[in-house]
Amino acid sequence: MSYKDVWILGEQEEGQVKLVSYELLKRGRALADKLGVDLIAIILGKKIGKNGIRELIYRGADKIIIVEDPALEFFLPEPYVNTIEDLVNKYKPEIFIASATTTGRTVAPALAIKCNAGLTADCTGLDIEDRTGNLIQTRPAIGGNILATIKTPNHRPQMATVRPHSNKPLESDSLRTAEVIYETVDPVRLKSRVKRLEFKKNEEEGGNIQDAEIIIAGGKGFKKDDNFKMVHDIAAILNGAVGATRDAVDLGWATYPHQIGLSGKTVSPKLYIAAGISGSVQHLAGIKTSETIIAINNDPEAQIFHVADFGIVGDLFEILPLFKQKLQALKKGQETEEIQGA
Amino acid sequence: MKVIVPIKQVPETSNVKMDPVTGTMVRDGVEPIINPLDLYAIEEGVRLKEQNDGEILALSMGPPKAMTAIKEAIAMGCDDGILLSNKAFAGADTWATSYVLSQAIKKMGEFDLVLCGERATDGDTGQVGPGIAAWLDIPFSTYISKIIEVKKKSIVIERMVETGYEILEIETPCLLTVVKEINYPRLPSLRGKQRARKMENQTWGPVDVDAKPENLGLKGSPTQVVKISKPQVTRNGQLLKPHDEKEIEGAVDRLIDFLKEKEIV
Repeated sequence: MSYKDVWILGEQEEGQVKLVSYELLKRGRALADKLGVDLIAIILGKKIGKNGIRELIYRGADKIIIVEDPALEFFLPEPYVNTIEDLVNKYKPEIFIASATTTGRTVAPALAIKCNAGLTADCTGLDIEDRTGNLIQTRPAIGGNILATIKTPNHRPQMATVRPHSNKPLESDSLRTAEVIYETVDPVRLKSRVKRLEFKKNEEEGGNIQDAEIIIAGGKGFKKDDNFKMVHDIAAILNGAVGATRDAVDLGWATYPHQIGLSGKTVSPKLYIAAGISGSVQHLAGIKTSETIIAINNDPEAQIFHVADFGIVGDLFEILPLFKQKLQALKKGQETEEIQGA
Repeated sequence: MKVIVPIKQVPETSNVKMDPVTGTMVRDGVEPIINPLDLYAIEEGVRLKEQNDGEILALSMGPPKAMTAIKEAIAMGCDDGILLSNKAFAGADTWATSYVLSQAIKKMGEFDLVLCGERATDGDTGQVGPGIAAWLDIPFSTYISKIIEVKKKSIVIERMVETGYEILEIETPCLLTVVKEINYPRLPSLRGKQRARKMENQTWGPVDVDAKPENLGLKGSPTQVVKISKPQVTRNGQLLKPHDEKEIEGAVDRLIDFLKEKEIV
């Protein structure tokens, strides 16, 4: 049996299918269409919610393979890697894409060894080579200074991870249908030498920056810890999340979960406001898929202005307080309108 | 407790200059350093040794000059180190690299823990750590932000994920990759440097680790780099340069209008 079809590794939390799964479907759909093969979503968990399964179909899957078992409730490397390895050996996909989440980046490299497959991390572009049908993978390397194009001509499946939130999902299409297959796995393969004892949820304000629609981020330009509060103030008014550069995190102004860039998170919000950020290649690599970028910096030569849709060259200590004041006034005006309207 | 720390020598990438014509890295004047994220693994290993006794060994694969990385790891507190260096290893991707490292670890005798940095700052893949664990068929975990307790046959760890922290217990021998939350790496001590200088260099090749020739280097690598190019990220936005208070106010007004246009406020 030869290798065929494009697979994406779906992710779930408490049975709910996560956004990254739908993002991967869009990537996978383009590849499957070009190859003229099926796009298959696989998902592991204790019990996968019906809504999520339906949404996987609506957002591009031709087939869904589900493995449900209490041992798969939470991500643990061995049961996940073993289960997926068995599925790969049974169905033989030619392409396997996972999200570059903490789960994807843990499963995929171990799976690549077990399946004797090539794996490319953190791809920003995926395409099919015309003549050969090989997967063409593009990824940044050396701190985002170069883009490398990589292929895996002689090994199958061709594996890649894709940065979470580096693209949006397809629109949901309720006319789509798909086959749903429930698979079982040998209990021996579900044994884990790692046990989950407890989970401590992040209780930070603004939530996960990767899910945020609006992010306001600060860098070295804030000069000191106290000033960084301005970022939080504006984020609160815009109902957005707080981001930070590596420098700001290293200086202790923000915590690591807020770090944006190659060594932190990749974000793809509707609006990204960069204040006091010069725009190192590493930082830009983490924000370039944002829909709109606004930059405020006192250096007219700052790299950040090259990627900005709207920029102001000037002192952020003059601009931000004024911006905050005007935003507050605007919000207040809008609230009054709503009350009067009601 | 015996700990093995695989490390990588990388170019200092935070101030990398690119040749605008060729699109390649300007290597002149670029200092090779220990991958900054590996320093956290070395530090954690040294701390574990201080608390639980035992031995900590550094391991690296690279060109002969990567011996300086081994020496630096020794200066930070590793007891000894081995460099895997041979023409046959050159051009290895993460699959072939993790194969050779795992073969070397098998040759280094029984161990309790392999500690890796989360990824290297040049390749940025984070694939070699899990890859080594898969080759060795030992339990592993990634993104470790704290080693909570070392027990006789297991280790209790904290793993940093997108939404919080998992507390896990992992059987030994095992492999962990650590994130920078885990500690503050120490600087090499003067005494450590002196000790490192006096130590004999140990370099291993394919025969020393019983490696299969077909799994090595560029030839043994499933993935192939076919092209290197320069990233293009430029957008053509509007740029305002206000010069006085009045113009600043005008600029902020236009910013607010821009947000209204985008239906954000």
